[in-house]
Amino acid sequence: MDKMPKWADVVLIPLISLILAAALSALVILAIGEDPVAAVRLMVSGALGSTYGWGYTLYYATNFMFTGLAVAVAFHARMFNIGGEGQAMLGGLGVALMCLYVPWPHWTLALIGASTLAALFGAAWAAIPAWLQAKRGSHIVITTIMFNFIASAVLNYVLVNLMRPQGSMDPATARFPEPVHLPTLHELLAPIGINFSKAAPANVSLLVAVAACVLVWLLIWRTRLGYEIRAYGHSETGALYAGISPVRITMIAMLISGGLAGMMAINNVMGEAERLVLNATEGAGFIGIAVALMGRSHPFGVFLAAILFGFLYQGGAELALWTSIPRELIVVIQALVILFTGALDNMVRMPLEKLFLSLRKGRA
Amino acid sequence: MDFLTLIQVFDSTVRLSTPLLLACLAGLFSERAGIFDIGLEGKMLMAAFFSAAIASVTGSVWLGLLAGIAASMVLAGLHGLASITFRGNQLISGVAINFLAAGMTVLIAQDWFRQGGRTPSLIGGGRFGGLEFPGAIGPADAEATGRPVSELIAGTNPLHQVYSDLISGHSILVYVAFLAVPATWWVLFRTRFGLRLRAVGENPAAVDTSGVSVVGLRYAAVAICGLLCGIAGAYLATALQAGFVKDMTAGRGFIALAALIFAKWRPWQAMWACLLFGFLQAIALRYQNIDVGGVVIPVQVMDALPYILTVVILAGFVGKAIPPRAGGEPYVKER
Amino acid sequence: MTGTSPAIELRGISKAFGPVQANKDISIRVMPGTIHGIIGENGAGKSTLMSILYGFYKADAGEIFINGKRTEIPDSQAAIAAGIGMVFQHFKLVENFTVLENVVLGAEDGRLLRPSLAKARKILGELAVEYELNVDPDSRIDRIGVGMQQRVEILKALYRQADILILDEPTGVLTPAEADQLFRILDRLRAEGKTIILITHKLREIMEITDTVSVMRRGEMTATVRTAGTGPDELAELMVGRKVLLRVDKAPASPGKTVLEVQNLRVRDQQGVERVKGIDLTVRAGEILGVAGVAGNGQSELLEVLGGMRPGAGTVMLNGVPLALEGRGSDGQSRRAAGLAHVPEDRQREGLIMEFHAWENVAFGYHHDPAYQRNAMLMDNAALRRDTQAKMEKFDVRPPDPWLTARNFSGGNQQKIVVAREIERNPDLLLVGQPTRGVDIGAIEFIHRQIVALRDQGAAILLVSVELDEILSLSDRIAVIFDGRMMGERLPAQTDETELGLLMAGVSGKAA
Repeated sequence: MDKMPKWADVVLIPLISLILAAALSALVILAIGEDPVAAVRLMVSGALGSTYGWGYTLYYATNFMFTGLAVAVAFHARMFNIGGEGQAMLGGLGVALMCLYVPWPHWTLALIGASTLAALFGAAWAAIPAWLQAKRGSHIVITTIMFNFIASAVLNYVLVNLMRPQGSMDPATARFPEPVHLPTLHELLAPIGINFSKAAPANVSLLVAVAACVLVWLLIWRTRLGYEIRAYGHSETGALYAGISPVRITMIAMLISGGLAGMMAINNVMGEAERLVLNATEGAGFIGIAVALMGRSHPFGVFLAAILFGFLYQGGAELALWTSIPRELIVVIQALVILFTGALDNMVRMPLEKLFLSLRKGRA
Repeated sequence: MDFLTLIQVFDSTVRLSTPLLLACLAGLFSERAGIFDIGLEGKMLMAAFFSAAIASVTGSVWLGLLAGIAASMVLAGLHGLASITFRGNQLISGVAINFLAAGMTVLIAQDWFRQGGRTPSLIGGGRFGGLEFPGAIGPADAEATGRPVSELIAGTNPLHQVYSDLISGHSILVYVAFLAVPATWWVLFRTRFGLRLRAVGENPAAVDTSGVSVVGLRYAAVAICGLLCGIAGAYLATALQAGFVKDMTAGRGFIALAALIFAKWRPWQAMWACLLFGFLQAIALRYQNIDVGGVVIPVQVMDALPYILTVVILAGFVGKAIPPRAGGEPYVKER
Repeated sequence: MTGTSPAIELRGISKAFGPVQANKDISIRVMPGTIHGIIGENGAGKSTLMSILYGFYKADAGEIFINGKRTEIPDSQAAIAAGIGMVFQHFKLVENFTVLENVVLGAEDGRLLRPSLAKARKILGELAVEYELNVDPDSRIDRIGVGMQQRVEILKALYRQADILILDEPTGVLTPAEADQLFRILDRLRAEGKTIILITHKLREIMEITDTVSVMRRGEMTATVRTAGTGPDELAELMVGRKVLLRVDKAPASPGKTVLEVQNLRVRDQQGVERVKGIDLTVRAGEILGVAGVAGNGQSELLEVLGGMRPGAGTVMLNGVPLALEGRGSDGQSRRAAGLAHVPEDRQREGLIMEFHAWENVAFGYHHDPAYQRNAMLMDNAALRRDTQAKMEKFDVRPPDPWLTARNFSGGNQQKIVVAREIERNPDLLLVGQPTRGVDIGAIEFIHRQIVALRDQGAAILLVSVELDEILSLSDRIAVIFDGRMMGERLPAQTDETELGLLMAGVSGKAA
């Protein structure tokens, strides 16, 4: 028997974890002498009170959708891909190569080309840890951590020594040419008469991210491959019984995961910065972990959690601007979300399960 | 590269290896007991901040050290709670602890000092100074003769140069770190506690059926891990540098983790691995690009080398690194 | 004997795991200096009883007396203090430690290791002389054989000055020669006044070494007798029990062509230990071959290699076509494509994904079936649910709700889902492992009828079960497996439980 109803598992536990994280964060805000209620009000108005705020919230959310989906897909195959950061960095390199060295006639084609290479680069960066896990039994968490650092060194080298324009001191590529400029939400919405903030970086990648959510949902819940990934993730012996190859699933799930993380680059590199800079990912790969845990690895949950974290990021930036609360508050909240929804899951779950069991007994 | 330069690079290697070594030994205790810890980075960072903050407020570096250790042990306790008591995922717990430290340090630093997430620079008794060995050339000689230390060292014989520059003059924590290596070896392989600790990381059921508490042993290991990470963090902020700055651990916790795997979870090998990785850092710090027989090795290769070497070791192409068998698995009693 | 109190006395021990009553009101007295055997089928509750005695589980009811004194044993530490040592079926040794370190672990004298190790080395030397327990104290556990490892376990107990030694299926992993050696050691220990409890399912061992023997069946102690006053026939009967057999109405088989032909099949487990040691068998169309045997004798590995779950060596022909036994084409998908279906032994770990809905489980292993595809990309879940609904109705799965997750069905209904999925494929060969383990009576009958019906349609069926009455009532031929080899074949009409029980215990021929 299930110990508790499904809705409790899907909605109640993340909600309680979130409330715990929020309560602790409020205590932190109180401790540093600020008013939590005022802080929340400021965050809401800053992140959601204007199209400018929304533009930033959605921009961040786009990043987190990609990285959150990446972590979620690996989770379904019972793997912890902690390497989203490195895969997204390599994705950025793919985007930069496509945008700088291919003369695109139109942004739509450029977007397709850049997405493809970004996904390929991200997938390639995930492929080695995946192969080592599948064939040599090397722990994927450790190898993906190592690959994050290697990626950062690779990018550093490429930007400093290879792709930096002559005469520039900045370790960054040249600006991408005009034809690969992705339309922002302002440009997309203006023709239909909606006046969206011109300064906000949210762009057409948001639609790609939403499409990715839908596609991942289709993949996981509607295709044979997704079926096999989930079956393998739940039971390796079961997968063997059904003739599902563990090596194949490990490889494919990680390639998809890395590809998704890599595709984040179309948002932050192509859509926002329009050039590749050092540390372009800004930790979004790690936030994907929190997003996937919070969203219970379901694409719709990831979508909602990504928007929540987008709100936190933009709201946090506003807080840092107007109060003495630094942006790092968001990192704390993120840590607490990971802690409660991930590591301390049993702490929330055990009492709840007892509660539901006694409720059921009471009824029976 | 002349002899003196070499000594200087080695000197810098020792300084840079120290936090790696302390964190690596910390991880060794935890992982040998079957608790994976990717939160070394976070514990170090937290300790770095609290040691610098308390040292700066009280003016006592020793109080700072204690505060750093305490802060690190609180995080270690959290890791223990999640992974031992609540049988949660040890890796996810480690990730959370890293973020918690990254956020909390800046948050508190900003609240206490309002200097953009850093502590004031430590001066005088707020910092660990170098220990001058008898007969070594140090600042005192420089003051007496009115000539800079480097000049005095350059003018003496090579043996004296090694003694003065490489062996003498480090902060006490450097010596603590290197003494911790034989101590760790001794505890692990020569004491009852060590035997039980290693056993619980390999086969907790064997420990349990022998009538020894698995939970108690694992908490003890996690606490030692917290202690050593605390010293490592304190060293960073109060000895290697003079104060805390945001994210000052800069991935050292992960290099320590890499060194641990590289050393296959053994103390002496851990020291050599940390010295190797510290040497790579020292080289990268001193030279931007190294010319080896006409081939220019970019500095980024130095940065990435610890991680690349670790992946190669993990892949098992050069002597497979086999982690403690029960690592990462919460212990559930069964027949 | 009247003056001495029993070394161990258990009174009214009961233990339940959820709804399963593992031990029911068990009482037992073992006199000091004797070897007491506990015999019973797998799952009879022997290991649970001993785990209670060793403080691993807490009994729901009952009392334990050691040397006449009432003793609480809440944990292993208390058991050790009471002078009890246990040699588990799966050794509790640290593999990369030396023998000496394993012996000392948990029984050190002080904080430093060196004196403890020196003392242990000395005592091991003495024990070696006293009991012929020679082991090199400096060998690493993973470099010595299982026989030696077992000695280390015994030494661990003796080092802790155990007067009472419990051995749980000690010969399961030993070669006959090693087993003989073990018995010599046990004999010696008895002579020195130690009390020994030997848990086993092998009659030969009971007859050979024990003074008294208790028989357990389904959690109950059915008899305690003096070994000298009984024989293997009586014990086999007590162990298996005269049950009201669930006879299945079935017409005599009319076997057709050979469907499955196995020659010299060998299988190794992950540790490299050979579990199947050269098996030959054939199954023809329209017959059920039942493989009887005590669990752990290679029957699981036999099913798994045939089902494509693990590699093996030898020749396996299905409908005259050789099957790949390792590498490409040896997986479950290829097996299914070749006309094989498989009801696995463990439905929870293998046959079903417990977190999946019933309808998802109905496609498990057959998710490539074109009937379940909407197009090249997507699965046709609606069609799958319709199919599930139909199968649930046909096989009377309750509740007939395709959306329920597998975990939420009773054991019998879970098994019906598996059986429905496999039988409805109309396979040429059906592998069936423990089809009614943990299944209620009503579902047992239903599942048995379905298997017979499939036979009558002309399918070949290979049935593996540890339930003897199931084997007897379903099979057209019975093969007995023991220690990875076939002990022989019998026809159900020409054999009985006693004979089969002897074969299952490794005793061949009526003479024994």
